[in-house]
Amino acid sequence: MSEDQIIYFDNGDTTRIDDEVLDHMMQFYKTSYGNPVSLHALGIEADDNIISARETIAGFINAEAEEVIFTSGATESNNMAINGIAGYYKKKGKHILISSIEHSSVKEVAHRLKTDGFEVEEVKVDKQGFLDIEDLKSKIRETTILVSVIYGNFEIGTIQDIKEIGKICKDKGVFFHTDAAQVFGKMKIDVKDENIDLMTFNAHKNHGPKGIGALYIKKGVKLKKLIDGGAHEFGLRSGTENLPAIMGFALASEIAYRDLEKNTAHLIKVRDQLANGLLEIDHVFYNGAHGDNLDKRLPHNVDITFQYIEGEAILMHLSLRNICVSSGSACSSKTLEPSHVLTAIGLVHEQAHGSIRFTISKYTTEQEVDTVIKNMKEVVEILRSMSSFVPEEHSELINKDAKTFYKK
Amino acid sequence: MALKYTKETIDHFTKPHNLGTLENANAEATEGSPACGDMVNYTLQINPETLIIEDIKFRSYGCASNIATASIATDLVKGKHIDEVKMMGSSEAATKLGGLPPIKMHCSVLAINGIKAAIREFEKKIGRIEDEERVLTEKALINVLKDIMHPKHGINIIDNGNVSRIKIEGQNVYIVIELEPDEEIFAPNIREEIMEHLEAMKCSHEIMVKTEPKSGQFI
Repeated sequence: MSEDQIIYFDNGDTTRIDDEVLDHMMQFYKTSYGNPVSLHALGIEADDNIISARETIAGFINAEAEEVIFTSGATESNNMAINGIAGYYKKKGKHILISSIEHSSVKEVAHRLKTDGFEVEEVKVDKQGFLDIEDLKSKIRETTILVSVIYGNFEIGTIQDIKEIGKICKDKGVFFHTDAAQVFGKMKIDVKDENIDLMTFNAHKNHGPKGIGALYIKKGVKLKKLIDGGAHEFGLRSGTENLPAIMGFALASEIAYRDLEKNTAHLIKVRDQLANGLLEIDHVFYNGAHGDNLDKRLPHNVDITFQYIEGEAILMHLSLRNICVSSGSACSSKTLEPSHVLTAIGLVHEQAHGSIRFTISKYTTEQEVDTVIKNMKEVVEILRSMSSFVPEEHSELINKDAKTFYKK
Repeated sequence: MALKYTKETIDHFTKPHNLGTLENANAEATEGSPACGDMVNYTLQINPETLIIEDIKFRSYGCASNIATASIATDLVKGKHIDEVKMMGSSEAATKLGGLPPIKMHCSVLAINGIKAAIREFEKKIGRIEDEERVLTEKALINVLKDIMHPKHGINIIDNGNVSRIKIEGQNVYIVIELEPDEEIFAPNIREEIMEHLEAMKCSHEIMVKTEPKSGQFI
């Protein structure tokens, strides 16, 4: 399979690296191989490069350079934020709130803290995935030390009112962490204005390298350090910095914010073309922010449930046609459980199983969208024609040679 | 962890054999449920004299391996005596496909058990077997647990050594499952699978499944 034959609609997962970014990284692999903590000339050179990359990246979120810690990616940043706060502030309180639609690297970490005597509660979301603000307010108590709410959801694309949530936390004196992996590079972020104390983001969602991310930690907020060693990253995260990746991260972020307006306009146009085309299919529905809330949806995300068929089978059919997507179905997950995000917005299991996420990029063309819509229509027809699960009232979805079986 | 299917699996998935519904079926069964994300329906024509499966068709709501295992299972049983089919192992569909990823081995169980369920109904109908006893013995329980595939290793949880304790006390059934740290993510799935399989037996017991971490044991 050659690269240009593939239609890659899984950019919410990871993206193709920009040539310019890769070339930029190569020069650091070749010449700037010093360790930034070393005292000699090559060490100083590496340190200078990291300082400038840190300043660049911090600038895009309106943070100070010292407030940005490089990590191996969003998963590590989320682990660091939650375990770090819990470890440092446990004497203040042992109550943590997360939303019910967090990424597993927040959800699993938070719930694991229960074994250390923490109480962890989930804040509800509505049918489009917006956080229930009243539920949040009522759940914050004296012993609450941390609230973690995902900025833009990786699966259903819903963007939260982060500023409002941050303000509530600020007023109540609770730390606020947000996972902005899907948002950084696609929207303007201002950590000060939006009352954010800790924020997770990374490089590879924006055509940068994999294995590099960052955690914004507001000045004054303390974390228990999780990795001991040579005192890199202000002593918070030991281990020789991955300089080429950091330089790639900085450049990818620069490109993303330089082209932000142009890319956003393109993404929204293509996203809506894709969604509208797919929503023409019978018995489908849009998951996440839509309708009047479409402006609160990530510009690169479309998530649709195709009823009466199963997502992994859809995904495999599309994959055989060189189209790459992802699914919230149990059969396509590593744990054999349906997506907790989809069940949190009220989908029953069989609706979650039929969900497909299409995530586009700045490289996505309108032609590719047309190809995906055409193929999706064919695949839906094939699978519905063999499905043993089509309610009798929708028996028109089944081929003439077949009968319906499923009766509630 | 990308799913790597064999060519045979892909062939049966994209061009399934014996797809549809037999109009003149004298045996039928639906195994699985929409909520679980896999459901296979079989219709069979069994010769009442010779007890040979003369024809079989299937319909499937499920993933690629669900469709492929059902398709190959129909090939496997067509033309066979029902007693021979009843002896088939639950991983035979997977074997015939050249293997399945471990996390998909449960599809093979579903595909084979669905056909066995249809045969059982047929045998009851013609009076070849009596209605099954509803008493849950320890042996029956172990047999049920042998149909639960470990998603990481693709072998059943009994042979994989995950079942550390079972106890039947009147109406109460206790099952303790031990999981390694890298298996813990499967705890909800294994619990649900056990409940589902036991509920399918239609016994009225109160079932309690507990999962515990394995730790601190030197071999």
